Amino acid sequence: MMIADGIEDEEKWLAEGIAGIQHNAFYLHRAVESNNLREALKYSAQLLSELRTSRLSPHKYYELYMRAFDELRRLEMFFKDEDRHGCSVVDLYELVQHAGNVLPRLYLLCTVGSVYIKSKEAPAKDVLKDLVEMCRSVQHPIRGLFLRSYLAQISRDKLPDIGSEYEGDGDTVMDAVDFVLQNFTEMNKLWVRMQHQGPIRVKEKLDKERSKLRDLVGKNLHVLSQVEGVDLEIYKDTVLPRVLEQVVNCKDELAQYYLMDCIIQVFPDEYHLQTLETLLGAFPQLQPAVDIKTVLSQLMDRLSNYAASSAEVLPEFLQVEAFAKLSNAIGKVIEAQVEMPVVGAISLYVSLLTFALRVHSDRLDYVDQVLGACVKKLSGSPKLEDNKATKQVVALLTAPLEKYNDIDTALTLSNYPRVMDHLDAGTNKIMAMVLIQSIMKYNTCVSTAEKVDVLFELIKGLIKDIDGTLADELDEEDFKEEQNSVARLVHMLYNDDPEEMLQIICTVRKHIMAGGPKRLPFTVPPLVFSALKLVRRLQGLDGEVAGEEVPATPRKIFQLLNQIIEALSNVPSPELALRLYLQCAEAANDCDLEPVAYEFFTQAFVLYEEEVADSKAQVTSIHLIIGTLQRMNAFGVENRDTLTHKATGYSAKLLKKPDQCRAVYACSHLFWVDDQDGIKDGERVLLCLKRSLRIANAAQQMANVTRGTGGPVTLFVEILNKYLYFFEKGNPQITSAAIQGLIELIKTEMQSDTATPDPASDAFFACTLRYIEFQKQKGGAMGEKYDSIRI
Amino acid sequence: MNYILGAFKPACHISITFSDGKSRKQVPLKKENGQTVMVPLFQSQENISGKISIEPVSGKKVEHNGIKVELLGQIVRELDVPGEIYERKTYPFEFSTVEMPYETYNGVNVRLRYILKVTISRGYAGSIVEYQDFVVRNYGPPPSINNSIKMEVGIEDCLHIEFEYNKSKYHLKDVIIGKIYFLLVRIKIKNMDLEIRRRESTGSGANTHVETETLAKFELMDGAPVRGESIPIRLFLSPYELTPTYRNINNKFSVKYYLNLVLVDEEDRRYFKQQEITMFRLGETS
Repeated sequence: MMIADGIEDEEKWLAEGIAGIQHNAFYLHRAVESNNLREALKYSAQLLSELRTSRLSPHKYYELYMRAFDELRRLEMFFKDEDRHGCSVVDLYELVQHAGNVLPRLYLLCTVGSVYIKSKEAPAKDVLKDLVEMCRSVQHPIRGLFLRSYLAQISRDKLPDIGSEYEGDGDTVMDAVDFVLQNFTEMNKLWVRMQHQGPIRVKEKLDKERSKLRDLVGKNLHVLSQVEGVDLEIYKDTVLPRVLEQVVNCKDELAQYYLMDCIIQVFPDEYHLQTLETLLGAFPQLQPAVDIKTVLSQLMDRLSNYAASSAEVLPEFLQVEAFAKLSNAIGKVIEAQVEMPVVGAISLYVSLLTFALRVHSDRLDYVDQVLGACVKKLSGSPKLEDNKATKQVVALLTAPLEKYNDIDTALTLSNYPRVMDHLDAGTNKIMAMVLIQSIMKYNTCVSTAEKVDVLFELIKGLIKDIDGTLADELDEEDFKEEQNSVARLVHMLYNDDPEEMLQIICTVRKHIMAGGPKRLPFTVPPLVFSALKLVRRLQGLDGEVAGEEVPATPRKIFQLLNQIIEALSNVPSPELALRLYLQCAEAANDCDLEPVAYEFFTQAFVLYEEEVADSKAQVTSIHLIIGTLQRMNAFGVENRDTLTHKATGYSAKLLKKPDQCRAVYACSHLFWVDDQDGIKDGERVLLCLKRSLRIANAAQQMANVTRGTGGPVTLFVEILNKYLYFFEKGNPQITSAAIQGLIELIKTEMQSDTATPDPASDAFFACTLRYIEFQKQKGGAMGEKYDSIRI
Repeated sequence: MNYILGAFKPACHISITFSDGKSRKQVPLKKENGQTVMVPLFQSQENISGKISIEPVSGKKVEHNGIKVELLGQIVRELDVPGEIYERKTYPFEFSTVEMPYETYNGVNVRLRYILKVTISRGYAGSIVEYQDFVVRNYGPPPSINNSIKMEVGIEDCLHIEFEYNKSKYHLKDVIIGKIYFLLVRIKIKNMDLEIRRRESTGSGANTHVETETLAKFELMDGAPVRGESIPIRLFLSPYELTPTYRNINNKFSVKYYLNLVLVDEEDRRYFKQQEITMFRLGETS
């Protein structure tokens, strides 16, 4: 009816209703002012007749109701004052019942009833009982709900509660409870019936309208929770069973969901804990469409908060076996609700897990048990496709990590990997990332090889290609991010005990070796450095521990490293492998393991020869080789000669002349180590420098030929700087005359017709000259040394 | 007396007063012209006594052939032998232990009245008459047997109800307590009323005329109940103008009362069940 006529009409009807109320209120006020009871009753009944309308939606009806409500408050004041109207409250109680229409009659009866209870001329319970019974006469859902809501409102402060003035003389708190429960039951029945009202309308719209009235029903539960006298005993024996009975019997999903939630919200957690079995017993009996998981989750959240509120309540949880009961109930609900989507079940488990973590943080077996139940549920279905469900699983797996701030704990849960197995590859990766992030966030150190093994098993989605995943599905950025995380993770695996550490390294190696060519460049370096760190640690120990059985020796580790890096060279990633070989060589040098260091250098050179083809890469590599070799002190003359010879040889064979030149002058450092007992072979230094000078000349000429202009003089200036360095270091082969000659050469070059003006090299040269000038001015030994050079 | 005003000025003023007029209970009586006047209340076996004063209009004399007072339809008392009245003259009268088994009744087609009639008989000038109504009500003890009315009624597969009224006999200020229990509801009920109906039958045999009035319409329920609902009844009778049930009064008329339970569905169809109740007048409190 009201839908068809539209909203405008509803507004009109509301306006009419309000006008009717106002009109009668005017005469009502006049009657009250002149203490005319008869007239007051007449106009109040007429006023209340406006509430008989069927044309308003609950929302609008509420507006009308509130207007009438205000008027009833005034009327009640008048009723209270017997002196004014001269009618005893008992007579008044009868008098208002003469009204012919039931709705106004009952509103008036409730109003007088309120005065009647206050007067204490009759026991409160009798009046309340009479009112709540008489209200049965209104069976129209909306009108009945509002009427009973009015009854609830006026009776709230008049319940024979403990400590209330209405208690005693046979009025007990049980009467209050009975009254509220009865009103609650009736209201709920009306509310549920609302959906069958009027012509068949859109269910959604109806549900929406109904939802607006739910608090009228829920208010009763709130009132019950406020009744002082409702102690655990009464709650357990009377309140909860009767409320649940109504909830279950009404068979209405909207009501069931709301009321279960309401029960959980309004009554104390302590009560829930002590009546857990009863409360949980209701869940499997609810309609299948009821969103049980949300309600149960709410309950568990509340209970966990309660547990967290004080340590004193924890024994209660143990005493009532809260976890077992909840776990059991969830199992039953999942079993009973076959239609429940996986996501629902999982989110229930998430809540239970959260509960277990918060309440029984010491009981890892509980956590494992929840995960186990989850595995059981998941094993019935293929890998999860449902996005929401996987999210819930991630939440499930994340919860223990966040609780314990510590991956170790998760690694001891036997069902943890089994749950992860049910994730699709993508989610598995996400979860693996979560695991790593957790480790990073809490700076957790994973300290045994066994745990490392479990951990890498968990994150295998990142470690290797899982069947069916196509590499090209991956976003390059994401892949990098993932692999960088794995790399960071490797650094979090640590044990003070070298042997265990070695085991860890071996375990990691085992896993990452399966990673394939795309992953190894990311994962090998951290492993290499982790191993090198162990080497340094062992090297720091006083000498080598005697006894050959000790497995964790640098030598052994270097062997391992060799194999690891070799895998990388097969990828192929020669430049990276080369760098790592050099790192190892340096470490071996520090351990004074000449053959090992030599072997690493050999590997590096082999790579250089066979794999590093790009000229730019060659330049970089050769400089690295030179730099590393320069610092080596473990080599005997022979080995050293071999290696330096190789290095200089390759330097001179670089493709571009300037590169050749620079590499060769860099080689000069191989023969002059500025240490106390470093090698100081001035002659070979000079040879290198001269050779580089020749190459520079050749480069200049080549430039003249090919482009018609001379190249920049930069190379000469660079060589000049090398001369100056060795000159200052006291290399006897480097004379001031040679320096003088070089300066002249550069000046000539710069003034030649073919010279290309280059501000950078000009500035470089100018700076160099200024430095010489500065050294000359400084005086002392150095000044003297420079004295002969003239600029 | 309005009807004497106008062309014929009354020759005298007659007033009737009852011996215990000041203490006797007065009750409202609706007259034929619709006016309600307060009149004294008697019951059967009571003495009806008082004084009648006749006061000629000043300076006139009233010549008469005798004065009498009648309790209409029954008893006549001669008050005076023929003579003349010059000034106010008062006659006491008394009808002792008058049998008045029937109560005053004011119905649609029938009225049962008690009237005192004073007649001053005159020759050609015509008699002067004055009337005084009074009301008779008779009280009885409460009935020794008073069963409740309990009944299950219905329309097959449509509506089944069971109703119960706590008594079958109610006094005039009684309260009807009861309940209606819905056993089956397949129609959409809009509301339910309880009516009090009065059936007045006059005449007898083929000439019987029946008139039914609804004296009370009391809404019992608003909205549609579902199966298993029980709706309370509490109807106070005091606000309504009821009389006792009268059965075959003087072979002239009967007055019976009925409770009519009416259910109205959303299409305004009415379903009802009528039950007779006996009304009686309870002593003392009335």
